[in-house]
Amino acid sequence: MSTTAAVSDFRTCPATGRQINRHAEWLIRVNAVVAVVALLIGATAALLLVLTRWQAVHLLPAEWYYRILGVHGMNMLIFFIIFFEMAVLWFACTVLLNSRPAAPRLGWASFYLMVVGALIVEGMQWSGRADVLFTSYPPLKAHPAFYLGVILFAVGALTMVGQFFATLVIAKRERTYEGSMPLVVYGAMTAAVIAVITLLHGALIYIPTFLWSIGLIPSVDPEIYRLFWWALGHSSQQINVAAMVSVWYLLGALTVGAVVLNEKVSRSAFVLYILFISLASAHHLLVDPGFSPAWKIVNTSYFMYLAVLASMIHGFTVPAGMELGMRLRGFTDGMFGWLRRAPWGDPGFSATVLSIVVFGFVGGITGVTIGTEQINIIVHNTLRVPGHFHATVVSGTAMAFMGATYYLLPIIFRRKVALWALARWQPYLFALGMLLLSMGMTFAGSFGVPRRHWDISFSQAPFGVEFSPAVDLVLAVMGIGGIMAVTGAYLFIIIAVKSVFFGEPVGEIPRGVAVAGIPQGITHPPVHKPNVDELNEKLHAPGRGIAAVTPGTLALVSIFLVSFMVYYFTNWKLLSLLWRVG
Amino acid sequence: MLTKVHTGLDPVRGVWWKPAHKAEKVWVAIAFAWCLVLFAMMPLWHWKGGQNPSGVRTRVDPKAFYARTAEFVKQYKVGDDRGLPIVQPPAGADVYLTAMTFQWYPILQLVRGQRYRLHISALDYNHGFSLYPLNVNFQIVPGYDYALEVTPTATGDFRIICNEFCGIGHHTMVGRVIVVDDAGNRITDNRNAQLPTGGAR
Repeated sequence: MSTTAAVSDFRTCPATGRQINRHAEWLIRVNAVVAVVALLIGATAALLLVLTRWQAVHLLPAEWYYRILGVHGMNMLIFFIIFFEMAVLWFACTVLLNSRPAAPRLGWASFYLMVVGALIVEGMQWSGRADVLFTSYPPLKAHPAFYLGVILFAVGALTMVGQFFATLVIAKRERTYEGSMPLVVYGAMTAAVIAVITLLHGALIYIPTFLWSIGLIPSVDPEIYRLFWWALGHSSQQINVAAMVSVWYLLGALTVGAVVLNEKVSRSAFVLYILFISLASAHHLLVDPGFSPAWKIVNTSYFMYLAVLASMIHGFTVPAGMELGMRLRGFTDGMFGWLRRAPWGDPGFSATVLSIVVFGFVGGITGVTIGTEQINIIVHNTLRVPGHFHATVVSGTAMAFMGATYYLLPIIFRRKVALWALARWQPYLFALGMLLLSMGMTFAGSFGVPRRHWDISFSQAPFGVEFSPAVDLVLAVMGIGGIMAVTGAYLFIIIAVKSVFFGEPVGEIPRGVAVAGIPQGITHPPVHKPNVDELNEKLHAPGRGIAAVTPGTLALVSIFLVSFMVYYFTNWKLLSLLWRVG
Repeated sequence: MLTKVHTGLDPVRGVWWKPAHKAEKVWVAIAFAWCLVLFAMMPLWHWKGGQNPSGVRTRVDPKAFYARTAEFVKQYKVGDDRGLPIVQPPAGADVYLTAMTFQWYPILQLVRGQRYRLHISALDYNHGFSLYPLNVNFQIVPGYDYALEVTPTATGDFRIICNEFCGIGHHTMVGRVIVVDDAGNRITDNRNAQLPTGGAR
């Protein structure tokens, strides 16, 4: 094996057998660590916010509520998620391809640039010089350094993504792998392409806004700003979606030996993301005065919902790949035997499944519904909007990234996962908390409770507004869910920090022996039956019908589709009860 | 250990553009058909439905819009409440509503079943028009006049909540819309505002 490891830049990964480059390893580590720091700040902000929005508690004063709301948005949606995505990108283009990273020093420079940008933004926000919330809609104006910090961060991220592409070229040229790149890397590559599109839109709007803030240009049109800003703000969530789906394929393979049903279908679905997802800026402009109905319809639907189609395809192929992988390992009993006998105690697996379920059933269904031109009338800027995106970006993406961390700790940091007994429960606690929070927000929003609002008792308003008593109940659900989710997030942070800085080193991993602190997918790598190709062909035999291969998944996606239809048409019904407006 | 069956971690040898299994084909077809339904619903609702965010949308100078609002107030003012004028325009009239930190100006009094062209714009920042308890929401952007054809189908004492962050006093920004029936009566309890018909034509 690798007896020359001491002098080489590479070592062999105990779990995947890949060659891990030492520079790449460090770049993955630092980006992941900073991501967790941002998560700590964001989660603390989340706790303060949820205890303020829970009107019965109403913790923060108004000024600090709005300030912390901006801090929360920046740390979670930008810093945590993008730093972690940088770690995922480095992992995909180096470890999974046995490659060295392109220009490691430039990698460090990009990383430092992102850190400096993030620190400037934090400084401006905490000192009250950028009380413009996450979206910073002009004419609200922040200190110029705030915009500058965002620009520096984006430039750092953009150069990092450039190195990802360069590394793909190097790996191909140096023949570090044979054939086409693996699906997981392909998915990461789509995330990187979308990141370029997104970050360029960010530059297009933050640079003029910065120039406006220092007085060089007289004004920034508020509607044009909203158009471009959301091409950054929404499209960046699509980086998350592509990265998250890649992590689903990754963890599916590592935890249960999930197979790729058909490369053509999965890769085409990723391409649909690239082609159509950047239209989604329109989701935020459906009840805006600047755009025509035709423009709104075409763009909010990603031109005929082709990006939704992509997610629905992955929503089938990911669980179906898991099901087939399990069946090819011999778990063939009944429709759901593969699910019953899956490794539910492996946090990498449970996090993946919870991520898929909450993202699909809650985040996906609500997202498509509220992103419908007319239905948005009963949704825009109510709590239904954060209800939706906490189910996608938090229960979906962040949950998947947490699951990935449980594998990165032994593979990349070479440390056992600390507090293993708690780690096995962490995904369940976090997912349940987020589910309650999302549902609480969604129902409160249905009663017209606004988002980004300090005081829905309206105690200082000229006219009283009395919400239905049911609102108190759903806000309590939101509050309890939020506290549970923050507890889950803190638990994750404690586990990650303790593992990385004080963890027990991982030596040789004995196969087939359960070790506390090492996920099952590493100690017991999922292995298909020796005659796997024969079994697979038998299942796919032409005469065997549609449900021969993955009957369980077919049943699950049918339930999904029916839930989707019911929710969607219920919303049209609610809309039809309103005043006539047009 | 080179099998044709592989995971997402394995590089793929040879050509991967191969026909999919029936189950995937059927699911993709069903999903695409559903996507087309989702897409068709929006134009369909423009044609048959009663609630659309279309309106007449024009650019406007914020100060000019405020001046037009003031003129409208002078023309149709019928009373006062907490320092704000109550304005009752005739049916079919152009109605003006200006959002500014931190108030909705003026108070509108409308008649159930009559159609109005409601112009809304902002004097300073972005604001959010949220009619409570109906939960009808529109984004109000300074420099843009959003003129919506509105027909109140319920009487009551309604509120306009600002649901776009517009500054530190954002949460105090509440306006008022009164809808009376033909006889001039209104139901004051806005929690039980009636929602009789409305809806699709």
